[in-house]
Amino acid sequence: MPSLTLDSVVHVYSRGEVRALDGIDLQIGAGELVALIGQNGSGKTTLVRHLNGLLRPTTGRVLLDGADLARHTVAQLARSVGLVFQDPASQIFAGSVRAEVEFGPRNLGMGGAGLREAVDEALAAVGLESEGRTNPYDLGSSRQKLLALASVLAMRTPILILDEPTTGQDLRGVATVRGVIGDAHAAGRTVIAISHDMEFVASTFDRVIVMRAGTLILDGPPASVFAEPAWEALRSTYLEPTLAARAGARLGLGSTPTDASLIDALRQEPQPS
Amino acid sequence: MLTLDAVTYRYAGAPRPSLLEVSLELREGEVLGVVGASEAGKTTLCLVVSGLAPRTVGGTLSGRILLDGEEIGPLPIHALAARIGIAFASPATQLSGVAGTVYEEIAFGPMNLGLPRAEIIERTERAMASLRVEALAARDPERLSGGQQQLVAIAGLLAMRPSHLVLDEPTAQLDPAGTTLVAEALARLAQDGASILITEHKTDLLAAICSRVVALEAGRAALSGAAGEVLDDPRLAELGVAAPSRVRLVRSARSADLPTKAIERLAEVLV
Repeated sequence: MPSLTLDSVVHVYSRGEVRALDGIDLQIGAGELVALIGQNGSGKTTLVRHLNGLLRPTTGRVLLDGADLARHTVAQLARSVGLVFQDPASQIFAGSVRAEVEFGPRNLGMGGAGLREAVDEALAAVGLESEGRTNPYDLGSSRQKLLALASVLAMRTPILILDEPTTGQDLRGVATVRGVIGDAHAAGRTVIAISHDMEFVASTFDRVIVMRAGTLILDGPPASVFAEPAWEALRSTYLEPTLAARAGARLGLGSTPTDASLIDALRQEPQPS
Repeated sequence: MLTLDAVTYRYAGAPRPSLLEVSLELREGEVLGVVGASEAGKTTLCLVVSGLAPRTVGGTLSGRILLDGEEIGPLPIHALAARIGIAFASPATQLSGVAGTVYEEIAFGPMNLGLPRAEIIERTERAMASLRVEALAARDPERLSGGQQQLVAIAGLLAMRPSHLVLDEPTAQLDPAGTTLVAEALARLAQDGASILITEHKTDLLAAICSRVVALEAGRAALSGAAGEVLDDPRLAELGVAAPSRVRLVRSARSADLPTKAIERLAEVLV
């Protein structure tokens, strides 16, 4: 299983207005479950686009399994890293939902029963199994996003990157995305997701990385990134800890980043007699 | 004031209507929240309320839509555009595509209203300040992040100062700080008398700024009432809508069989 390394990565977009990435050093091991958070424009999308070779560092290196990404072929990368864009429109093009999902794995050389199985599984994972013949453009925007997710899932890449997967999803859609991430993690795949939803981040991921102006300012499990000592750093980039984290701190219960951890802490609290 | 009276709307070729007998009133100075599962009719409602459907997207409509007492059907689109501003979930559909800088993009609307130069400048700068995008003024709108584009698109809308605003998931791509800025800007506009209709999945935001909330289910208004009541309604989950964090946290604490004392302490710190 591959690991990812960023070694002093700087990225300056062609017009040179901004250093979108300003010297990133980061290692993500195989099978990790990582959330990437930070303000709009802090470099999250730019960073993940370096992980599948869509963008190349201006200086520095990106390594997949210790080998420089620049030396991987497009086909090798496509087999290893699946990236689901924030906006499904930049991804969808086929005439039917099924054809859309088949495209990626077919390009990886899959066919016959294996292809059928991969596509069925991906469609079922996002709840689109009965929409195989539907034109993708007849789906609402939230289901188009789930379709874009399915097309990347079907490629069965060991690394799965999701750019704001819950945006525009209703309660059920968010549960679907959470399920997909959980299943991918259980299967040993590396999952990296960008999100602005702190509750979703705290309750879904093992590791949270916080970006500010092209740099990494916090990196750790939700219990430390949302703990009181980290609030100043979070707020320096206009992020707020979750409601549960704030309530837990006010009650003197320590770090309780999620509803569940807060309720556990309340339950274990010694009762005044 | 905008009034919908038993409005039913069906897209061209659709097997069933996307809105069914929807009646609602958007009063002056009010923020009305619209929630519902995906494909419950939220975006369609925005298109219908702003006069874009059926006018530009086709389909058939029955019932009446009144803008300050006047049927919107016969009003020319430019007259409507000056009075009802609309923002879409995806900023890409919103940006003019002709502006080379963020400043020009935001000034585009007021310029089209034919306002005097000084007023265009004043409105543009004020809109930029209210959403804190001044630092982006000289940047190319096409080269911003998705969230920055969304803020710029909303700033452009604010600069037109329409008396009615229709916003379809305006904060979808925004970070928490951007979401708060938009919420504050909308609350200020409503205080100044604007009527605002907003669809959102972020019920925390709606709880903060709405006076009333309507929940749609398959094109019908399934729940409707004071924001506090609708957002606290346990039926919201069946409609595919997440409760605000506060409501959800207290509810999970209650169902977790915690000692009453612990629930009380929790409720206290959540106020």
